[in-house]
Amino acid sequence: MSDNSKCDNHVLHKSRRKVLKSLAAGIGLIALPGKEASASVWEEFFQKHFRELSKDELKQVITRLEKKYSQQFGKQVNVKATPPIEGVKYGYGLDLSRCIGCRRCVYACVGENNQSRDPQIHWIRVMQLDKEKGVDLSHAEHYYNPATVPEKGHFYMPVQCQQCEKPPCTKVCPVQATWKENDGIVVVDYNWCIGCRYCMAACPYGARHFNWGKPGLPAKDVNTNTHYLGNRPRPKGVVEKCTFCIQRTREQPGRYPACEEICPVGARKFGNLLDPESEIRYLIENKRVFIFKEELNTQPKFFYFYAT
Amino acid sequence: MKNIWHFFTGTLVLVSKGSKAYYGWVLILLTLMAIGATAYVQQMNEGLIITSMRDQVSWGFYISNFTFLVGVAAAAVLLVIPAYVYHWKPIKEIAVLGELLAVSAIVMCLLFVTADLGHPERFWHLIPKIGRLNFPQSLLAWDVVVLNTYLALNLTIAVYILYSLYYKRTPNKSFTTPLLLLSIPSAISIHTVTAFLYNGLGARPFWNSSILVPRFLASAFCSGPAFMIIIFFLVRKYTKFRIDDKAIQKVAELIAYAMFVNLLLLGAELFKEYYTASAHLAPVQYLFQGLHGHSALVPWIWTAMVFNITAFFLFLVPDTRRNNVTLMIACILVFVGVYIEKGMGLVIPGFIPDVLHEIYEYSPTGVELLISMGIWATGLFVFTMLLRVAIPILNGDFHVADDGVGSFIGDQLFLVQQGPEDVAKPVDFGDEYAD
Repeated sequence: MSDNSKCDNHVLHKSRRKVLKSLAAGIGLIALPGKEASASVWEEFFQKHFRELSKDELKQVITRLEKKYSQQFGKQVNVKATPPIEGVKYGYGLDLSRCIGCRRCVYACVGENNQSRDPQIHWIRVMQLDKEKGVDLSHAEHYYNPATVPEKGHFYMPVQCQQCEKPPCTKVCPVQATWKENDGIVVVDYNWCIGCRYCMAACPYGARHFNWGKPGLPAKDVNTNTHYLGNRPRPKGVVEKCTFCIQRTREQPGRYPACEEICPVGARKFGNLLDPESEIRYLIENKRVFIFKEELNTQPKFFYFYAT
Repeated sequence: MKNIWHFFTGTLVLVSKGSKAYYGWVLILLTLMAIGATAYVQQMNEGLIITSMRDQVSWGFYISNFTFLVGVAAAAVLLVIPAYVYHWKPIKEIAVLGELLAVSAIVMCLLFVTADLGHPERFWHLIPKIGRLNFPQSLLAWDVVVLNTYLALNLTIAVYILYSLYYKRTPNKSFTTPLLLLSIPSAISIHTVTAFLYNGLGARPFWNSSILVPRFLASAFCSGPAFMIIIFFLVRKYTKFRIDDKAIQKVAELIAYAMFVNLLLLGAELFKEYYTASAHLAPVQYLFQGLHGHSALVPWIWTAMVFNITAFFLFLVPDTRRNNVTLMIACILVFVGVYIEKGMGLVIPGFIPDVLHEIYEYSPTGVELLISMGIWATGLFVFTMLLRVAIPILNGDFHVADDGVGSFIGDQLFLVQQGPEDVAKPVDFGDEYAD
């Protein structure tokens, strides 16, 4: 509440000059862009939906974006559009009996995926739960902050996009700016999203995040290995989410998602659900597995399990 | 074609004329609109971070206003049905005002949704063929379709009738009747679809209840007509337009029934949640009692409850319903009550607690309030302009001049307090039109 009133004051007592300045800037925004800047602005405005781009058009778009980001951050940023691999459907396993709640995955994800540092956007949320109560969210502590973890009597449950087989978020998008790819990853076209946030209302896992302000991403922190549908720098006013590190996992040879790689206790597992020999398949078949909010029939490809 | 142009230029001349009160009112609205526009420019520059919406509560004041106004718009149907299905004359004379209110309300709805978008300039992504409207999967796509259909229908009907009367013709029934009949299911559809938009989300137990659509409709049939009655009183007091008490009484009676159904459905909802007392009770508790010490909405929802119940009795008891003062009070109570209940009271508890049971309390920032005020002013401005044209036409004070080109303007003032002797008799197009 105090934050809000601070914000009110900030807004209402803004000097007249500043208001006029922003008015002028706004009119500038609305007005037709000048001749020099115009080409790329118009190109961006009229850019087609990702899935309607021809090969050549996609190339042009990627060239334009690479140029834009490289200028913006003062270093070469690469944008890929690697398609799904045939015969692959990604699945994720998380061992609740191992997770210690250190949040290394949260920050590894931020580093890998170019999330805004200010305001902070996290694709992974770790909840501290009571062992006595089990997975009872009404007693979850989201902002636990002790000197050391794990704390006695507690266990930890990281939540990120569950990459549902029946994603409620893609169904509701009024412009098809988000969809499930053939390898099961739910992606967003940041150049197509209108920012209505209906998907955020529809997601039962809080996995979708909105760029409320201009993303604050310092040039030194930029991961230059990016994917169009994943970790490329985002504009303000669009929704973003976990993509199982699409820029890593779709490569051949593939790499593990950043959260999987960093986990100090090996609580995170990742693999191909269509490969009967994969570790993830072994876990599903041999461990005690549960999926989050099963009753909603979203059919996550994210499996919580207890290995011990 | 020429006629349309002459009609159009005639209306422009007409709206530029008026009493000091009219100019003052319009000036106030334009000022509020300018303030709202300035705030919106600021929001465009800095992003929606300037609101207090966050990931936990991702829709707020804008969408609350939108939801409420869809109800107001849908309620025009309560005038259309008695007027054109039952050919009840006292309401037929005023049904056009209902259609114009619907138009203004939809304009506000569209503006509120636009204000809520992160990228409003990408609106063309919603246009079928050019963009990629996700129809029929997304209920928001449905809403885009039905809202625009409803807007087009009401605008066409009202403008066509007014245009015909301006040229002293009887509106062609074979043109208006199908459109009017279509506008009835269309009115119901905008509110049903808007309710479905929330209703279909399994992630949000507060909205995921099958009673939501009937609740939406019942409350819409309270708030919209209540607003209509307030407008009728004002129009009757400040313009030369005559509105029959019988019409107002009929509308008031309808509100009493609608409010009864609304309260009944609310009671059913509350019983189910509290008696079951499952985990899904949390948002209801947040709304009515507060949850874990967070209770921002509690005083509001109880205000709404008291207002709605008081208004229900004022509408129900014949003496208070027939008394213009108590009737006016009841209308204001209903309007405010439903504004709270179907606005913030419906949208915000959908997000509190959020899907991972975090509690983030939301209350709109100054910019959100200013932009919303600007949008309300825009809606009232549109409505004022429409009435400025419609009322003189219906009164026979604005029509084509004898030369067939220019226009005759009999009402230079528009907004003046009326004594009983000033009251004009409206153009009688009801009878021959009815048969």
